[in-house]
Amino acid sequence: MTLKKDVLDPQGKVVQNTLANLGMSLKNIRQGKYFEIELEETDHGKAEKIIKQMCEKLLVNLIIEDYRINKL
Amino acid sequence: MKTSVIVFPGSNCDRDVAVALKKMQFKNQMVWHKETSLPKTDLIVIPGGFSYGDYLRSGAVAGKSKIIDEVIKAAKNGCLVLGICNGFQILTETGLLKGTLLRNKNLKFINRDVNIKVINNETKFTSKYKLNEILKINIAHNEGNYFTDKDHLRELKNEGLIAFKYCDKKGITNEQSNPNGSLENIAGIFNSKKNILGMMPHPERMIDNHISNTDGVNLFSSLLN
Amino acid sequence: MAITKKIIANHGLNTEEYKNIQKLLKRDPNLLELGIFSAMWNEHCSYKSSKIHLKKLPTKGKHVIQGPGENAGVIDIGDNDAIIFKIESHNHPSFIEPYQGAATGVGGILRDVFTMGARPIALLNSIHFGSPAHPKTKSLLNGVVSGIGGYGNCIGIPTVAGETKFNETYNENILVNAMAVGHAQKDKIFYSRAKGVGKSVVYVGSKTGRDGIHGASMASAEFDDNSEEKKPTVQVGDPFTEKLLLEACLELMKDDSIIAIQDMGAAGLTSSSVEMASKGGLGIELYLEKVPCREENMSPYEMMLSESQERMLIILEDKKEEKAREIFKKWDLDFVVIGKTTNTKYLTLKFNNKVEGEIPIDALASKAPIYERKWIKKNLSKNKIEIKKLKKIKIEDALMKILSSPNHSNKSWITDQYDQMVMCDTVQRSGSDAAIIRIHNKDKAIAVSVDSSANYCKSHPLTGGKQIVCENWRNLVSVGAKPLAITNCLNFGNPENNEIMGEFAECLQGIKEACEFLNYPVVSGNVSFYNGTNKKNIFPTPVIGGVGLIDKISNPINHNLKMSESYILIIGKTFGHLEQSCFLRENFSINDGRPPKINLLNEKNNGEMVFKLIKQNLVLSAHDVSSGGLIVALCEMAMNTNFGIKVEKPKKLGNFEEYLFGEDQGRYLIEIDNKNLAKVETILKNENVYFEKIGKTQKTYFEIEGEMKCSTQDLFKMNNKWYNNY
Repeated sequence: MTLKKDVLDPQGKVVQNTLANLGMSLKNIRQGKYFEIELEETDHGKAEKIIKQMCEKLLVNLIIEDYRINKL
Repeated sequence: MKTSVIVFPGSNCDRDVAVALKKMQFKNQMVWHKETSLPKTDLIVIPGGFSYGDYLRSGAVAGKSKIIDEVIKAAKNGCLVLGICNGFQILTETGLLKGTLLRNKNLKFINRDVNIKVINNETKFTSKYKLNEILKINIAHNEGNYFTDKDHLRELKNEGLIAFKYCDKKGITNEQSNPNGSLENIAGIFNSKKNILGMMPHPERMIDNHISNTDGVNLFSSLLN
Repeated sequence: MAITKKIIANHGLNTEEYKNIQKLLKRDPNLLELGIFSAMWNEHCSYKSSKIHLKKLPTKGKHVIQGPGENAGVIDIGDNDAIIFKIESHNHPSFIEPYQGAATGVGGILRDVFTMGARPIALLNSIHFGSPAHPKTKSLLNGVVSGIGGYGNCIGIPTVAGETKFNETYNENILVNAMAVGHAQKDKIFYSRAKGVGKSVVYVGSKTGRDGIHGASMASAEFDDNSEEKKPTVQVGDPFTEKLLLEACLELMKDDSIIAIQDMGAAGLTSSSVEMASKGGLGIELYLEKVPCREENMSPYEMMLSESQERMLIILEDKKEEKAREIFKKWDLDFVVIGKTTNTKYLTLKFNNKVEGEIPIDALASKAPIYERKWIKKNLSKNKIEIKKLKKIKIEDALMKILSSPNHSNKSWITDQYDQMVMCDTVQRSGSDAAIIRIHNKDKAIAVSVDSSANYCKSHPLTGGKQIVCENWRNLVSVGAKPLAITNCLNFGNPENNEIMGEFAECLQGIKEACEFLNYPVVSGNVSFYNGTNKKNIFPTPVIGGVGLIDKISNPINHNLKMSESYILIIGKTFGHLEQSCFLRENFSINDGRPPKINLLNEKNNGEMVFKLIKQNLVLSAHDVSSGGLIVALCEMAMNTNFGIKVEKPKKLGNFEEYLFGEDQGRYLIEIDNKNLAKVETILKNENVYFEKIGKTQKTYFEIEGEMKCSTQDLFKMNNKWYNNY
């Protein structure tokens, strides 16, 4: 979960500057959140659907945030 | 006595501390975070606020700033260091104080006058207080929930490194009198040499009866000695 | 790109307005120009529906240095000290994204104040939510409160007072009004009027992103069910950067580098550049390729309409550029010369040397449309409520119901989330009639309060308008302050609806009459129309923020009882007006009837009397009587102390409910030490001020003779229950 591309990310901005000041060069950094979710569901498609629901109903603030689902 | 208040971008209790120090007759100087050396000083104060917006973690970015290397050097040479609120958080990020400050248990910012109890009054910071004296001091933080590992906690207790504990009006320390979920109601701690004090409550807010009370005065007058 | 009807409509402009634009330009606008007209001509920037009514408000006075029309109002409090303050709404953004909406509301109003050279010293807010039972209310409340706290706490300005109300009229359209108060040296105030040709126009602060593009237009359009889809326009606040901007601006303001300065608020770069040029009778030329951008490939249209936060536009004096640049560099902020002032009286926009837009400044400002919209007068309700026919209810039960109701509950769940003490000048924190802030390094202070009474305003706008001004005045008087001036935030529904426009016109008439009578001028404010969804408009909710002066803080006073065996006096006459009272609302769900009458002469006399008694140190505590009537006001005085009160049964009044719960105006409760009683009574009699001795304080118990007795602890518990259980 990260802030949408067009949305200002004040935290990312400060972290980026600090890393640069510490001599570590980088092009861009976006701050986000990460959840590990374990399901009973074994079907990949169904599981993704459930997770998607969780994201859109609660975990993600769709107004300002984007999300990606990865299988571990 | 000469003092230096370190100013980070986002510090916001720097002026408040400076006013308190001046009122208590310290000779104070403000030190901007980009400086690479400290003026001659007997006490360094790291004030409260939201250094760098408290982005990433409270105190994390300030803990990597230029002036902090100088503060660490001075502290290791025995200079007195006082970290209040965000200053306490910064001190834990630098490693000068062990442990960390987690988010308040209720997940909310808390601004209230709370009671704290003086646990060790045999230090340069607390000598003017009585042992177990109950103070009423303002807290204002999001992350004041002190946590540390078992070994360090044992050290804190055995070596008298706990400065203050949250309590109620009668001095009882329990869950009800713990505003933020701190381990054993800890509100402030010393390092092992007791030349560094980190505390979440704001003594600089308690030096004027018009505004609050004068329960913070003795912390500063202890240091003057 | 051809300008189609649809594009025009999407810019919130009607056909007439578009024709007007063609006439003013003597040609068709391009898309960039259309966007700029749309931003400048919408309700939020142009005040097109409200202007003719706003003009009637009294804006001048002995203490007024600057009235409406600048970033904020300025008043003189003596000794070269000036207070700069304003209130503003951020209703629509807060409904869509409560945390960021409220946070950027606070950020925006702070910039209005420090743009003028003031260090902000206090924040206040007035927030209105829908019914607590409505599914959205809880998360909106949580989001708004953390947003307000998140911004104010981080930037380090105390949030000291406010009001939080619930009413189903706000179910789909909450109100978030934020007020900022700052202190400046009277001879160091900065204005937005540009002067001189060829001066550098400097952009400082954060970079420009695609935030809030068309935000100002959004704030001027009613919500519909698709409003959630307008979400991408919500801005994100960055209080840390604002703190840097605040310190950098104040540092630059120490000398005379700045000719004019303006915050980039609603309609960002557009309104800030146009307003500065317009006030100075100048033109302005911008080189848009120089605008610091956060995103790639931003178009001139996006740059001109972006509402990214934490940005300012400055017109600098010659040869001051390097020094100014150094200051902003020190604070890690962008500092770029993006244009210059001209004598053309045109806004000229160039992008890589190509002219992308050219508009006469006056077409955007002084020639913006002004509407005299139709409005209907609202008569006093004729529905008589027969109190005697209501089901009998025990006084104690009715009282407890009110004390534990959402609208009357103790708000420390909210105020504990705000840093009220930072800056160490807060003499009186929230929870009192007004907060008191000391002027740094001095022994004087200001008192501040925000108030609204939407129910009264809905029932009879003219009376409601008067009432809020009076209530705000009383709140300042009750802490011993001399009320000096107000700012207002006028939250109303759709002005194209004649009834709503009537509510607006009449509330304003009421505000005007009260302000004139009390010599309490309006120095700044904001209008927020189109609050409502799908043709359902909110109750008219003008919010008044007042500032008063306490010339010595040696003895500040609040409403908490100070001792036992003292006397409680009520100043002002009790008639027992129960219509529109919270007694009927909470206990019988009756919302009908008329609001209590306002007698401005009594208001003034009673208030001045209380002020005089406080100044002579004859009053231990004081409290104004408002919602809930006498009994609730008494409880509020007792609840946070160890003292109680014994109220004697009055000899004259027949109906006890009316006496205790009536919301007659112009009344104060004062606690008087026994030894001063005779003196106070003599003064009151000599000055012909109506008063009654209603009882005495005592330890521990709150008692109404022959009706109820309970411990003040129980009252406290009852009052503190609701938020913690919600």
